[in-house]
Parts: sequence; structure tokens; C-alpha cells
Amino acid sequence: MKTTKEISLGDIAARSEELRGENMTLNMGPSHPATHGVLRLSLELDGDKVVKCDPVIGYLHRGDEKIAENMTYNQFVPYTDRLDYLAPLANNVAYAIAVEKLAGLKMPERCEAIRVACCEMARISSHLLGLGVYAMDTGAWTVFMYTFNEREKLYTLFEELTGARFTTSYTRIGGLTRDLPEGWLQRVENFCDGVLKTIDEVDRLLTRNGIFLERTEGIAPISKELALAYGLTGPNLRASGVPFDLRKDKPYSGYEKYEFDIPVGVKGDCFDRYLVRMEEVRQSVRILRQVIKTMPSGPWYAEEAKKIFLPPKAKVMTKMEELIQNFMLVTEGPQIPAGEVYFEAENPKGALGFYIVSNGGGVPYRLRIRGPSFVSLSILPAIVPGNFLTDIASILGSLDFVMGECDR
Amino acid sequence: MDAAAFTQKFPQTETLASIDMPTFKVANAELVEVVRYLRDTQGFDLLADLCGVDWPQRTPRFGVVLHLLNTSKSEYVRLHVACEQDAVPSVSAIHPGANWHEREAYDMFGIRFVGHPDPRRILMWEAYPFHPLRKEFPLAGIEVPFPAADVAAVTGQKVEPAPMMGGPFVSGGGHMSNAEPQALDQSWNEEKPKS
Repeated sequence: MKTTKEISLGDIAARSEELRGENMTLNMGPSHPATHGVLRLSLELDGDKVVKCDPVIGYLHRGDEKIAENMTYNQFVPYTDRLDYLAPLANNVAYAIAVEKLAGLKMPERCEAIRVACCEMARISSHLLGLGVYAMDTGAWTVFMYTFNEREKLYTLFEELTGARFTTSYTRIGGLTRDLPEGWLQRVENFCDGVLKTIDEVDRLLTRNGIFLERTEGIAPISKELALAYGLTGPNLRASGVPFDLRKDKPYSGYEKYEFDIPVGVKGDCFDRYLVRMEEVRQSVRILRQVIKTMPSGPWYAEEAKKIFLPPKAKVMTKMEELIQNFMLVTEGPQIPAGEVYFEAENPKGALGFYIVSNGGGVPYRLRIRGPSFVSLSILPAIVPGNFLTDIASILGSLDFVMGECDR
Repeated sequence: MDAAAFTQKFPQTETLASIDMPTFKVANAELVEVVRYLRDTQGFDLLADLCGVDWPQRTPRFGVVLHLLNTSKSEYVRLHVACEQDAVPSVSAIHPGANWHEREAYDMFGIRFVGHPDPRRILMWEAYPFHPLRKEFPLAGIEVPFPAADVAAVTGQKVEPAPMMGGPFVSGGGHMSNAEPQALDQSWNEEKPKS
């Protein structure tokens, strides 16, 4: 007698538990090109799908907060370069403003305008890198070459201004290290023309590119509520539709004098985050042009900052007063009044915050650094599960984080 | 912010002087309620920062400082909380973003966050015995053995071996100047007779 066995989809569905394979644990990083530094993701995979994502950080932890407690306010400036090392000028400015708030210093207009120019150039440089490597993460190599070309020109301008290409340490508490070089503003203006052309080029290469859209559109959308709950800031928050920008909402360093728009996304997916950064570069150019046009003359450091700056070397050698001041500043540091201050600046990656507790004297009692990248990464366990393994490169690149600031 | 309504609702709250934003000292037991009230009623919808501070001369020794941000009115508020037996209630159920900040405060100061869903270290590794941001911890650090005991037994080294150990690049080990990594396959380096 013939026996038959009916095979149907329903039958297989009923056995789905029995047929399911094991989940696999995969470590992505700490040395992986898509993790942009030393980030490790401990992933649990069901086939190609991510079930769980646990970011492991700390590989670049240098104890910056501990170091800050053991040196004077002036000595810490070079350490701020190494937080978000893709925008050191913006970090310098954020730290300087935080300490100046504590010291109750008011900056002259020229100093503020130069700082705004520095911040916006740092933003352009950071976004150029962010966009270039993001295109590379999603499989488009050429864009990286275009944006890096432009970034190189910026670094030449930084070198001319600060003497260093990468670790600028340009600000001092109460001012800057030096005034603008002759003709520098004109060269920045020329750069502005060039960078807009490059951004248009990137626009044409990526924004309607089928492959790029496939890899970014609708991937890892972050809702307004989720973004706020996780404390995202900067372009990542704005891509989710929250029009919050510290430059507009809590203006510092004279940002209220300049006209610019805040680009805001709709869906909060990877593509929106890309679009927000593209538009931010254009807006930064807009601000830069206004700064160049309205650059005030006058001193580039606060008059009261003479108690913080080292006196000119020639005077130290010949005048008693200056010699004593030099000695006191080097041995005890600038005398900052007791109190506490929290200041956040709108950095390219988000809000970089400094919380400083002072007991008086030249050394901070506690200096807390709130790194926007640390916060951006903390959302990964909420948005990565459910996506495919290949999407992780897209998601990480779209958050545009930097480990120097995350691990501190 | 409506400070009067806030202090009326939480009478144990103490208003502190500050140069930059409204600052309050909040009772340890009330923290979760306070943060929830500030989010739901006063619109402080974003936790900007949460960190620990060590005051060795004070009792209780550790404090936690929260900075909350109202994104529609662009206002900040600062909350100080004193630890009770080195512990503070966790606010990560209200602001999920507090999760990592609290892990960091635990890692750096040893402050416990009661009700935290995942109380692990974050910057240092899990077996690390110290809390480095405490004031008595020396700036130079304290040398501790790394967790991979089996590797240390074989190599006799105090640090974890570089990830490239075993190839495709290998390192001779020993003094640093001799330990430069080389490709495992050295055939391209061999001399070949000229044709």
C-alpha cells in the first residue's frame, strides 16, 4: 500500500522552532574599518539579522578627566585637541568658553568672531571627513577623494593660523594664541568658493545614487522621542526632526549676529543624517562669509586675561612685575574663582559639554567632559537589532562618531 | 523654569546659588520622582549629562550631578544628589540615555545606581579592581594584571598580546626593538638567482 505524507507551508511553519538554527556571536572590531576607530560591537546574529548589539568601548580611554584634575587650566588646552580630533579648533573654543564663564571674563568682539570662524571651519572639516568616509562605508570610494582634497586645503589654512595642522591648541583662556595672519581671511573666502563646488559634486554623486539610497534610505530610523530619550545632540538629533541647535537656541561667542538656517530631517534615517550634514556645510560657509565680511578690529584677547596669559618674554627678563607674574602663572596657574559651571557648545558631532567644579586656585577640582559621540553610541543597542549585518556600516557611519571623544 | 512650583512640589529640595543655571540639591530618595516631574511637567526632555563628583572630606562622600535640558525653551537645570551608602537611584528608566552615564559614574567612582538594568563597567574592563577618578587614586595609575591569565602564563608578559599574534603578522616578542611585527610568510624576502 502506498503511503503519502503531505508537505505544506503550514506544516513547516509549525516546525519553525525545531528548524531554527543557533544564534551566532560575532565581534566586530575593535580594529575594523567600519567602526571608525577602536569600537567593538559584540553582536548576536540570527543568520544575517542582528538580534542584539552590545557596544564595548574604552579602548581609547586615556583618563582625560583625571589628568585635568592634576594640571592648571592653561595646561589642559592641548588635551582638548585630542577629544574630537577631527575638529580640534571647536574643542579648544568650547573649553575656553567654559573656563571663561567660570572666571567671569567677557571676550572682545574680534576674539569672538575669530572663534566663530574657527568653529565653522572645524565643522566643515569634520563633515567633509564624515561625508567622505560615509560614502566609503556604503561603497562609493570616489567621494572620499573629493572631500579629502578640500579638507587638505582647510588644514593648510589651520597651519597658517595656528602653526599646527592637526593639534591646533589655538585658544587660550581669555583669548587666542595669536591674531589672524595677513591676508588669511581672503584665503578662507577663496576656500569657501571651492568647498561649495565640492559639496555640489558630492550631491550629484550621492544624493540620487541608487546604490547609496538602497543602503541608507529607511535604515535605522530614529524617532524624535527616541532621539530625545537617549540625549542625542547635533546633526543626529536634528535629522530626527528636533530643531535644536545651541548656536541658535543658546548662542555663545556672538553666534546671534549671524544668519543661518538649521537643517532638520524628517524620518531620522541614515539618509536624513547624511542630508543634514550636507546642508550644514553649506550653512557653515554662509556663516564664514558673514564673519569675513564683518570681522571687527580691536584686541583679540580680554583685558582681564593678562592675569591668565603669560607675559611677553622680553618683559619677563627685564621687569620685576612680569617676572613675578610669570612665576606665579607657571607654578600655581591662573586663579579662577570657586564655583561650578556647565557649558555646552555645538560641535560638529553634537553638544560637547564641560562641567567644571572649582575650589578656587589654578587647578580644576573636577572637570567632566560630556562627549557627544559617547551619547550617540549609547543608542546603538536600541537601533541596530532588526537590521542586517551589512547595514551596520551604514548605521555607524551615519552617526558620525569619533572614539577620542567617546572614550576620553 | 518654574522654580517656585518645583520647590513647592518637592519641599525637601534645597536651592543652591549658581552662576549659570537654576541649581537644586535633591533628596536621594526623591530623585526619580523629581526627574520624572521635570520631564513631564516642566519639559526638561533631554538628559544632557550625568556625572559623579568625589568629596573625600564630606559625608556622604560621593555626589551625582545631573544636567537636564529643555529643548523647546533652551533652558538647563542642574540637580545635585548626595549618595546614600555610595548609592543613588537610577534614572535610566526615565531617560534611557542615562544608562551609559551611570555605568561610567560606577566605573570611575564606584557609585552604585539602584535599579540600573545593566550595572557593568564601561571604560575599564570588567575585572579592573579600582575606581580611577576617586581622589586617592594616583595619577600614574596602579599596575594590575590583565585578565587573560592563560596568555600571561605562556608569554610571561604583563600585557595582552597584540591582536596580530599568530599571523598573518608575527612578532618575535621580547625587547620592543626586536619585537617589530613581520609578515609570517617571508618568501618574498628570499634572494633569487638572477635570470
